[in-house]
Amino acid sequence: MGENTVKLKVKKKSQAGDIWRRFLKNKTAVFGLIVFSLIMLVVLLADVIVSYDSALTQNIMDRLQSPSAAHWFGTDNFGRDIFARIIHGSRNSLLVGIGAVAIGITVGGLLGSIAGFYGGKIDSVIGRIMDTIMSIPLMLLVLSLVTALGNSLINVLLAMMIANIPQYVRIVRAAILSVVGQDYIEAARACGTSNLKIIVKHVIPNAIGPIIVQATMAVGTMILNAAGISFLGMGIQPPTPEWGAMLNEGKQFMTMYPYIVVFPGIAIGLTALALNLMGDGLRDALDPKLKD
Amino acid sequence: MDHTTENMIENTEKILEVENLTAVYNTDAGVVHAVNGVSFSINKKETIGLVGETGAGKTTTALAIMQLLPERTGEVKSGSIRYRGDELLTKNKAEMRLIRGACISMIFQDPMTALNPLMTVGEQIYESLAIHNSNKTQKELEPRVDELLELVGIPARRKINYPHEFSGGMKQRIVIAIALACEPLLLIADEPTTALDVTIQAQVLNLMDELKQKLSTSMIMITHDLGVVAQTCDKVAVMYAGEIVEYGMLEEIFDPKRPHHPYTIGLFNAIPSLTGESRRLKPIDGLMPDPANLPEGCRFHPRCQECMERCKSGEIYQYENGTHKIKCNLMRKGENDGRAD
Repeated sequence: MGENTVKLKVKKKSQAGDIWRRFLKNKTAVFGLIVFSLIMLVVLLADVIVSYDSALTQNIMDRLQSPSAAHWFGTDNFGRDIFARIIHGSRNSLLVGIGAVAIGITVGGLLGSIAGFYGGKIDSVIGRIMDTIMSIPLMLLVLSLVTALGNSLINVLLAMMIANIPQYVRIVRAAILSVVGQDYIEAARACGTSNLKIIVKHVIPNAIGPIIVQATMAVGTMILNAAGISFLGMGIQPPTPEWGAMLNEGKQFMTMYPYIVVFPGIAIGLTALALNLMGDGLRDALDPKLKD
Repeated sequence: MDHTTENMIENTEKILEVENLTAVYNTDAGVVHAVNGVSFSINKKETIGLVGETGAGKTTTALAIMQLLPERTGEVKSGSIRYRGDELLTKNKAEMRLIRGACISMIFQDPMTALNPLMTVGEQIYESLAIHNSNKTQKELEPRVDELLELVGIPARRKINYPHEFSGGMKQRIVIAIALACEPLLLIADEPTTALDVTIQAQVLNLMDELKQKLSTSMIMITHDLGVVAQTCDKVAVMYAGEIVEYGMLEEIFDPKRPHHPYTIGLFNAIPSLTGESRRLKPIDGLMPDPANLPEGCRFHPRCQECMERCKSGEIYQYENGTHKIKCNLMRKGENDGRAD
């Protein structure tokens, strides 16, 4: 019995601990985690690194400067320091990118789970509503939603989330469907498990792999989508720094002064890459078969 | 089989009575008549074998008892299923959930897929315990998990392992441990050994037999393997196209001197004999009829070598001799002697 009780303690830690240990074994995933942690650090400490004013101050004399000791990443066409704008832009970009994905995946995931698990009429109703939303071009939908709700960052986020729900519903529904047919779901039913418990304990953990991958890949796209929207004059407005918007503004100077777009591009790419690596690692870590 | 005869005299309490059960699947292609008027009963500690080829309605019968038929398509049309005299078909979902696992439990065909790959086996056994013991804490239930694992012959320390770290036979034993967690009075085993190789089959069957005795569980053994039936069952129901064509005690079904349904004879002809002289196996010609479009009269008549004109339509004669029942016109006494028609 002594041995058993020891094992019991080990077991309690192991569920989360196992995943963490498996995650740590994956070097690229750890790299992703470190990069993402650094980015989050920048988000938190932006004001410590460089003042917000320096991201907004326009200095026509210094416009379109190449990277130098004074301006590490150079300056844009208004003479604003690109380094400061990237540091402070991280807040808005990550809020939009991760926020829209997180909310979208929560709502879409819930609807997709219901559709996939219960099927039948509920599935049809949810499916048709999602088809309707999908049939409207993304930009048009977001623009009309923002126009209707009023122009603010939160509303843009909300609009992008609504526009993106259908694809998550589809991914989650497909993932759920592939799990629901499995014998262990039937076996859980045969043990008298309630539907809610089956969904939470058996279906979602087994279906989450592709969902995580999709979510982490979508963050970069979301940041660019938000940039497109701010380019059209909604959501984040200049001079507020935001990576996507910086890309858009810098487009016309790209051939002569490539660093204007290169640095925000790297920032977006690095965030997306870090999240992707983390997502892949997490998916693998959640699968005990890939343990060793 | 001596102990079972004794038990029958001692325990005549009926655990499960299925009467005239009719279940259909409503599909786009039409109504599939999977189970058509099946009746049988199980006493305490008794094992009944449901035998028949693929598509005979064995699993549908089991799922109907558990009320786990696919919600959108499956439907119990008529009949009655009584668990210790309590009608199951009128119970609502919440009431059924209390019965599943605690009173009636099920073992699935393929142990490879019947366990959640993301949970350790200990957690999975614990879960099925916890559902029906919500008043107990994890600490109180944890020793029971160890006990169950040991009961099926797996060291308790292996509860921290995931399903893929076990062999097929061990997985099936874990599935059995989960099914027996709450000591159900009735265990439905849906081809529990089909996915295992022969030596492991014997191991698992012996284990199930042993546990059945220990826990005085009744069992419905669904199989197409007459060897498994001979080893484990007290009663046998031979199913064909959703009907029980022959029903009786094990000795009656396996007694070659007694009359049998042509389908049962066909089944016995299709198994190789270890002792007799070697001969070619005699398969039953043809295929199971399309359950969406069942033949008139006797469902077996298109494949039956003894088929008569009267078999092709109308009611089929029900032969009864004590516990032995056969649904076949060949069993008609007297009027059937000529057989010229």
